[in-house]
Amino acid sequence: MEPTTSWYLILGAALFIIGGVGLLIRRNPLVMLMCVELMLNGVNLSFVAFSRALGDIGGQTVVFFVLVVAAAEVVVGLGLVVAILRRQPGATADDLTALKG
Amino acid sequence: MIEVAVFVIAAAVCIVGALGVILAKNPVHSALMLVMTLFGIAVQFVAQEAHFLAAVQVIVYAGAIVVLFLFVIMLLGVDRAQSLELGSLPAQKWAAAVFGLGAVVVTVGLIAVVDNPVTGAPGVSGVIDGVTSDVRLLARSLFTDYVYAFELTSLLLVIAVIGAVVLARKPKSAGDQPTEADRP
Repeated sequence: MEPTTSWYLILGAALFIIGGVGLLIRRNPLVMLMCVELMLNGVNLSFVAFSRALGDIGGQTVVFFVLVVAAAEVVVGLGLVVAILRRQPGATADDLTALKG
Repeated sequence: MIEVAVFVIAAAVCIVGALGVILAKNPVHSALMLVMTLFGIAVQFVAQEAHFLAAVQVIVYAGAIVVLFLFVIMLLGVDRAQSLELGSLPAQKWAAAVFGLGAVVVTVGLIAVVDNPVTGAPGVSGVIDGVTSDVRLLARSLFTDYVYAFELTSLLLVIAVIGAVVLARKPKSAGDQPTEADRP
C-alpha cells in the first residue's frame, strides 16, 4: 500500500483550512502573514500531488512560481508591517482603519 | 509500507506545525512552528519525487522567508508574549474552532469519497517519464513554455525589493536639514 493522490490532497486541504482559520482569528499582522504562507504551502502540496498523478511537470512549474511570488509578497508585506508598526507600535489588524469610510 | 510511514510522520509534523502557527501566543513560536511545517512539506515533496522543489522549499521558504519574518519580529520587538487577541466577541474562539473542524471534515470527506480525484489530461506540458530528472524537466518547462512568466517573476522580484526598501525607510522629519557637521 502506498499513499494515493487523495492522501496528499487531504493533507493539502487540511493545511489550507488551518491557515485560513488562523488568518481569520489572529489579529497580529505577522502571524496573519504566516497563516497566508501556510495556505500557500497547502496549495503547493496539492499541485505537486496532481503533477505526479498526471505525469505532468506543469504542476511543479506552478509550484516554482508560487514560491517566487510568495517570497515577493512576504517581502512587500513585511515592509508594510514595519512601516505601520513603526508609526503605531502594538497595532493589530483591527487598528488599521485609516481607509475606513 | 515505508512510504505510508513516511507520509504519516511527515503529515503529523505538518499538521502539528500548522496548529502551532495559529495557536501559539508568541510570534517567534509561530515562526518556528512554520519552519516545522515547511520541513514536513519538503519531506512530502521528496516522497513525491519532486526533489528540486523540496530543496528550493527548504532554501527559499524555511531559509529565507522565515528568517525574514524573524528579523522583522525582532526589529519591531513584538516577540514579547501577547494575548491571542481574539477580539471582543466571546464566542469567537468557539465559532472559529467549529468552523475549522467543519470545513476540514467536509473537505476531507469530499476528497475521500471520490475514487479518482484526478480528471485532467495526462502529460500536457512536459511528461514525467521516470527517466528524465525532474530538474531537467522543470528547466525545460520554465525556459520554453513558461519563459514569459519566468521573466515577469524576475521583474516582480526586483519591484518587490525596491518597494520594500521604499516602504521600510525611516520617514524624514521636517527639521531634517543638513548641518555644517554633515558637510564633507
